[in-house]
Amino acid sequence: MKLTGSEIFAEVLIEQGVDVMFGYPGGSVLNLYDALYKYQDRITHILTAHEQGAAHAADGYARATGRTGVVLATSGPGATNLVTGIATAYMDSVPMVAFTGNVGTSLIGRDSFQEVYIAGITMPITKHNFVVRKVEELADVMRSAFRIAQSGRKGPVLVDIPKDVTSAVCEFNPRPRWTPPAPAVPDATALAQAAEMINAAKRPVIYFGGGVAASEAGEELRQLTQKAQIPATYTLMAAGVLGYGEELNLGLLGMHGCRTTNKAVDEADLVIAIGTRFSDRVALNPQTFARRASILQIDIDPSEVNKNVAVDKWVIGDVKTVLRALLPLVQPAEHPEWMELIRSWQAQDYRPRDDAYSLKPHQIIGSICEQAGPDAVYVTDVGQHQMWAAQYVRHVRPRSFITSGGLGTMGFGYGAAIGACTALAGSRRVIMLTGDGSFHMNLNECCTAVSYELPVITVIFNNQVLGMVRQWQTAFYGRRYSATDPHRKTDYPKLAEAFGAQGRRCTNLEEFRQAFAWALEQKGPVWIECVIDKDEKVLPMIPAGGTLDDIMMS
Amino acid sequence: MKREVISVLVQNHAGVLARVSSLFARRGFNIDSLTVSATNDPAISRITVVVHDDEKVLDQIIKQTARLEETCQIFRLDADSSLQRELLLIKVTATAANRAELHEIASIYKAKIIDLSPHSMSMELTGEPEKIDAFLNMLSQYKVLELCRTGITAMSRGDRKELQARPAQR
Repeated sequence: MKLTGSEIFAEVLIEQGVDVMFGYPGGSVLNLYDALYKYQDRITHILTAHEQGAAHAADGYARATGRTGVVLATSGPGATNLVTGIATAYMDSVPMVAFTGNVGTSLIGRDSFQEVYIAGITMPITKHNFVVRKVEELADVMRSAFRIAQSGRKGPVLVDIPKDVTSAVCEFNPRPRWTPPAPAVPDATALAQAAEMINAAKRPVIYFGGGVAASEAGEELRQLTQKAQIPATYTLMAAGVLGYGEELNLGLLGMHGCRTTNKAVDEADLVIAIGTRFSDRVALNPQTFARRASILQIDIDPSEVNKNVAVDKWVIGDVKTVLRALLPLVQPAEHPEWMELIRSWQAQDYRPRDDAYSLKPHQIIGSICEQAGPDAVYVTDVGQHQMWAAQYVRHVRPRSFITSGGLGTMGFGYGAAIGACTALAGSRRVIMLTGDGSFHMNLNECCTAVSYELPVITVIFNNQVLGMVRQWQTAFYGRRYSATDPHRKTDYPKLAEAFGAQGRRCTNLEEFRQAFAWALEQKGPVWIECVIDKDEKVLPMIPAGGTLDDIMMS
Repeated sequence: MKREVISVLVQNHAGVLARVSSLFARRGFNIDSLTVSATNDPAISRITVVVHDDEKVLDQIIKQTARLEETCQIFRLDADSSLQRELLLIKVTATAANRAELHEIASIYKAKIIDLSPHSMSMELTGEPEKIDAFLNMLSQYKVLELCRTGITAMSRGDRKELQARPAQR
């Protein structure tokens, strides 16, 4: 059948299983939006306040579900506004397809109105990108984009479509949806060596990351920890893969991880790194990271081997497939002395102190977890509140802690929460934790949550300052608080109301409990402002480039 | 640190060179030279990259380049089992007084004299990079007006089909 480029666009989206997308219209994408009008019964389009919010929403949608997020923006500023969102997804290996309109092919390269070379701009922040020059290429390019986004190590792909391609007509042949091929069988020799290392270890530790969540390999990981009694520690990207309170789950690793987890990696004789990339927020000092240990790495991406930290052996492949193949080769074991040592360190870990009169971050989060229950999905912005959330939320399910780990994008949260909330369609409660700094970056997306009646509960940790930067200024810059005290006078409850949402302000725990209970009853978006002290710190902390000897506990 | 030649077979698409060089710039890989050339398959181009770096960086260059969607194959070409050539064009000041000795140097190195004017002489030389270096060394005593080297282009020796040599890890 003969279709226009715009109709082909909608047809291929449906073919690829897309039923929700996020975006913002404009001149170059008028034809595409005209087709979306026609297909609105099959594709829901969520209109955000800003293209950045749309990109984060597509990202949040993908992180909450594992499906590919889709975002559409117009040429020029529409396209450049996606850049932060695409880079955020790229750093955390989130599957996303971003579509941008462009000026007509005859106008490309002439500095036309709203023209930008978005393929060039996004080259280093996408797995791949395409410029569609002819309508005949459109369907197959879109199919390739979805295939690339979802295969191997996942990530964002951008497809740039000039306006004349969206109106041109050509023959369209429907195709079945691409399904991923069975993952490659891991190398038998590598597996045998891996098993040998695990079976010989006296003080083993598993250090796992987002790749375990992406591969849906939580159960296989749990079996490995239990079979050989190996304690495990996770990175920010893997919170919830093993549950809070599970015996062998030691907790968060890295700059703001526990002293115990960092010490376990430091004292181990074998570190098994699974689906993780030795980032500088975990391997703070790559020369001394796991210095007493042999390192065994399991990852889908061969380029992660020996990138930041030299490893001894590795198995390349999909984490779930590798763990399934590895499990039968691993002998049941126990390491009672090692576990005892770890338990003795745990007794000395940092514990925050409760306070009955002022609001404490860990108590706010404790209260949220009690009331919201195990099914809640937590979304964060970036800064102190993000680290408190990582430390104190009782993570029990994978894909339920949505946070910008690699890029550290302040302003990520509201868009991502909208995406997660749309994906979960009211079946699970979405709670956005933010700070007054991050929230001001993209709080405009509240209007989107109002328009679509999305019951996102936003908890604002308001310390009046840019707390994480200020904490570094306190510790390393002689308390010279340069540009971290903005003296904002924002009235959050009033601003929420001005958007058509609702807001409350709390200064103590009892007020917060009541406000949160009230928030859970509301149908639309709600903000709860929590006034906290500006000197609250994220503890413990190992400074960038430091070692366990440099840990700050107060 | 020794010189390494890496051969990358890529899909012959517009923008593929930009993608490879963007990757090198972003990762901070320093390259000595990079050439792009056609192959016997019109759908495939060959990028030949020359780098001086330690083993760790070379490993990353290969793995990161292999990750690009348009990379079909990537492999190292070591000096013993590959053919490596470079082309030099050089223009030196030459007068009636020294034309003869320049001609002698050119003939020893099998360089071709390709242009002559009352005050200058232009020569062309193809060969392994070391030979070009030696030739340039000989000419350093003359006034060089202009020179350009193409950078290395290379392929493996013998019957071995490159498409089987060290496939990219994907």
